[in-house]
Amino acid sequence: MTTNFGTLTPAELTSAVTGGIGTSPQRPDGNLKVRGEFAYASDLWHEDMIWGATLRSPHPYARITGIDLTEALKTPGVYAVLTHQDVPGRNLYGLEHKDQPVLAVDVVRYQGEPVALVGADHPETANRAMKRIKVTYEVLEPVVDMETATQETPLHPGGNLVRHVPIRRGDQAPKADVVITGRYEVGMQDQAFLGPESGLAVPADDGGVDLYVATQWLHVDRSQVASALGVAEEKVRLTLSGVGGAFGGREDLSMQVHACLLALHTGKPVKMVYNREESFYGHVHRHPAVLHYEHGATADGKLVYVKAKMFLDGGAYASSTPAVVANAATLGVGPYEVDNVTIDCYGVYTNNPPCGAMRGFGAVQAGFAYESQMDKLAEALNMDPVDVRVRNAMTEGSVMPTGQVVDSAAPVAQLLKLVQDKPMPAPMSADLRQLPGGVSNTTHGEGVVRGVGYAVGIKNVCFSEGYDDYSTARVRVQMAGDELTAQVHTAACEVGQGLVTIMQQIVRTELDIEKVTVLPMDTSIGNGGSTSASRQTYVTGGAVKAACAAVKAKLGDRTDIGDEVIDETVEWRHRATEPLDPETGQGNAHVQYGFAAHRAVVDVDTELGLVRVVQLDCAQDVGKALNPQAVVGQIQGGSAQGLGLAVMEEIQTSQGKVRNPSFTDYLIPTVLDMPPMSIDVLELADPHAPYGIRGVGEPPTISSTPAIVAAIRAATGLALTRVPVRPEHLTNT
Amino acid sequence: MRVNVTVNGEQRQADDVWEGESLLFMLRERLGLPGSKNACEQGECGSCTVYLDDVPVCSCLVAAGQAQDRSVRTVEGLASGDSLDPVQEAFVEAGAVQCGFCTPGLVVAAHDLLERVPSPSDPEIREALAGNLCRCTGYEKIMDAVRLAAGRR
Repeated sequence: MTTNFGTLTPAELTSAVTGGIGTSPQRPDGNLKVRGEFAYASDLWHEDMIWGATLRSPHPYARITGIDLTEALKTPGVYAVLTHQDVPGRNLYGLEHKDQPVLAVDVVRYQGEPVALVGADHPETANRAMKRIKVTYEVLEPVVDMETATQETPLHPGGNLVRHVPIRRGDQAPKADVVITGRYEVGMQDQAFLGPESGLAVPADDGGVDLYVATQWLHVDRSQVASALGVAEEKVRLTLSGVGGAFGGREDLSMQVHACLLALHTGKPVKMVYNREESFYGHVHRHPAVLHYEHGATADGKLVYVKAKMFLDGGAYASSTPAVVANAATLGVGPYEVDNVTIDCYGVYTNNPPCGAMRGFGAVQAGFAYESQMDKLAEALNMDPVDVRVRNAMTEGSVMPTGQVVDSAAPVAQLLKLVQDKPMPAPMSADLRQLPGGVSNTTHGEGVVRGVGYAVGIKNVCFSEGYDDYSTARVRVQMAGDELTAQVHTAACEVGQGLVTIMQQIVRTELDIEKVTVLPMDTSIGNGGSTSASRQTYVTGGAVKAACAAVKAKLGDRTDIGDEVIDETVEWRHRATEPLDPETGQGNAHVQYGFAAHRAVVDVDTELGLVRVVQLDCAQDVGKALNPQAVVGQIQGGSAQGLGLAVMEEIQTSQGKVRNPSFTDYLIPTVLDMPPMSIDVLELADPHAPYGIRGVGEPPTISSTPAIVAAIRAATGLALTRVPVRPEHLTNT
Repeated sequence: MRVNVTVNGEQRQADDVWEGESLLFMLRERLGLPGSKNACEQGECGSCTVYLDDVPVCSCLVAAGQAQDRSVRTVEGLASGDSLDPVQEAFVEAGAVQCGFCTPGLVVAAHDLLERVPSPSDPEIREALAGNLCRCTGYEKIMDAVRLAAGRR
C-alpha cells in the first residue's frame, strides 16, 4: 500500500512527546480488544439481572384491535409484560420529529415495530412468553412506493411528505448543446455493524436509572429516554459501553427506553441484546432512492445546468430524513461548478422500514446518480470520463448550488489525477481464486471482461443548517510521582473510529504530557454531540484542544505542580451555519466539504453475472492526518461499504416486508470480495478547522460505489442504472 | 443439564444449561468468557470462532452439550499472561482493530492459519479468513496484520 503524505506539516504541529498528532500510536483499547477483554454492551452482566425482549409487529401496516397478555404473564420465570399503557412519560420520540411510538398504541406502521416488552429470567423464557402474547391485527394495505406516497393514504396526521428541499440557482430555463437524462435507483443499504444493539439498565435508588449502552450520541439518547420515562434528565445517567461499530445505525433509539422501562417496572437490572434478525428490524437503514437527472453541457463538455428530482424513502417514521433530504439536495450536483441548478428533493413516509443515518447520509444516493450522469455525458461527447470531470471540477472559491462559496481547499481535479496515475493491476489472473466466482470454480477466464471506472464525490462535514453543533471536553492535569499526567473526559462516543487515540494525541501535543488517560464517556459531563457527519475529530477534537489551552494558561511552563490539580472544562463550537431558504435553497448551510476520488478495476463474468473488484484505489484530502494509520483505515473501511452497495448489499422488501434479515441473505463484503486498496492522502489544511483537519469518515463511501459501477459498465457496455448491481442485471435474465 | 469441559486448559463445569443453549452462550453467560462474540449467531460472521479440540468452529453453531469432556480454547486463552500472542500483537500494531467486534474471531482464525501454514500467500490468507466478517476496516489492515504475524513467528 502506498500512502502519500503530501504537502503540509506545519512546524507548530510537532510535539516533544511521542504519540502526538501526526503519528500513529496504538489504540488505548487495542490490547483489550485483541485479548477478548474489552466490554461491549452485549458483554455486560449484573448478578441480579433479567433479560428483556421485544415483541414486534409482523405486518407493515395494521390496526391493533386487541392485546391479551394473560398467558404470557403466567409463564414461569416472567417478571413483566409491558405495553404502551406502561409508558409513564411521552410515548413518542424521534431525532427531528417526535413521531415514533416507544410501543405501538393502535396502529403499526412497519414490520418490526415494537408492540410489547417481556422481562424474564432467561432469553428463551422471554421468547416463549412473547409467543403467548395475543395481539390481534386488522391488516391494512401498505404504502410502499416513494414516488407516489404523498398521494396515498396519509400514515401520519400531516400527510406523507416529511420534507421537500428545493434548490433554485441561476437560469431556470437554460439551453445546452448536449442534454443527458437518466433515472437511477439506489437500494436500501444496512449499516450491518457487527455488535448488535444491546445494553444494561440498572434501576437506581433515586427513582432514576443507569443505562450502559452502545450508542452514537449519549445526550440525545438521554433526553429521549427521560421524556419517555417521565423523569428528570438528571435521573437518567448514561455510560457508553463498548460499541461494535455504528455507521449511523445507532443514532436513533433502539432498546434504550425499553430496557429502562423494564428496569423501573421490575426493580431489577435488565439486559437486552438483539440477535441479527432483530437488529435488521431494530435500527434505521440508508434511504432507498429514485433520482431523475438532466444534465446540459456545451459541446466541449462544460456543464451548463443540472436539473434533478429526487425521492428518498424515509419509511414509517421521520428519524433524520429531513437532514438527509437537505444533504442530497445541496450536494446534488457533486463536486462540480454548475451555474444553473434546479433541484427538488422529497423525503416521504411509507410503510417500508424506517430509514435515517448511514455513512454518507444523502450524499451517497445523489453521488451514484450524478457520477453516472457524468459518465453518460463523457460517452455522448466522446470524451474521457476523467477529462469531463476535470473540465468541471470545483476548486477553492467555487460556488455551491446553495450560493455558498467553498472557502478552503477543493482539490477535485488533483484527486482524480492521483487515482488515474496509480499503477494498474496485473492482467487477468490465471489463479482461479482471483477470478469472478473464485474457488466456486465457475470460470477459468472464459466470458470474463475487465473494465476501469472513475468517480469523485463531495460530503459536508459536521451538522448543518444553523444547528448549534458543539462538544464539551474536560482536561485534568496532576502529578503522578514526579511526572505530569492528564485525564480527558467527554461524552463523545467512541464507536471504533479511534477518537480515544486522537484525544490522547491532542493532549500530548498541546500539553507535552505523555501519560494521558481517556475517562469513560458518560452524561456526567456536557454534550459531546453525535458521532456522525464525520464530525468528532473536528468538534470534540476542537473541544479537547481548547480545554488544553485553558489548562495551559494555568500550567505555564511548569513540569512540577506539587499537589495542585488543574481541571478545565470547555464547550467548543465550529463556525455557525445558516438555514436554507425554503423557496430557493440558498444559504451558507454547511461547515466544511470533504472530497474523495476512486478508481475501480473490475473483472466481470458476463455469462454468470459475477463481478470481482480487482483493485480499488482512493485519493482523499483530509486537511491534516492527525493519525495517519486511522485515517487510512477509515478510507479503506468506507470504500468497502461503497463496494457493498455497488455489488451486493440491499435490504429487499416486498409490500413492506423485509425478505432478507440475516447475514445469510444480506451479504456484506468478505475478505475475498475486497481487493487491494492503495490510498493517497492529501493534507491541504482547512484554515477554519482545528489543526486544519477535514472530516474523513464519509467521503470515501460516496465515490466508491459509482466508480465500481462505472467499471462494470466499461467492461460490459450495459447502462446499469440501479445499485446494487445484481447478476441478473448483467446477464439480462 | 451439567456440562464438564476444559476451557483454556482449565477444567470447568456449567450447571442448569438448557438443552438448546449454544457453546457460545455457555462460554459468555455461564463461564464468564465473553471474548467470543455474538454478531449473527448463525455461523455467517465468524465472530464466535473458538478452537474445539484444536479445530476452529463457530461456537454459536455448537450445542453446549457437544462440548462435554472436550477441550475449548477461546481468544482469552491465546496470550501468555501479559504477553500477547504474535497474531494479537500484529493486529494492534497494524491498525487491524477498529470497533474490534470481529477481532476475537479473526485472531483465532488467523492463529489457526499460521499454525497450519506458517508463511501463507495472500490468496491463502483471504481464503482462510473468508468466514470472518469485518465491517470497519475493508480488511486491508487485517491482511497487513496476518503478514506481519507470519513474518515474526
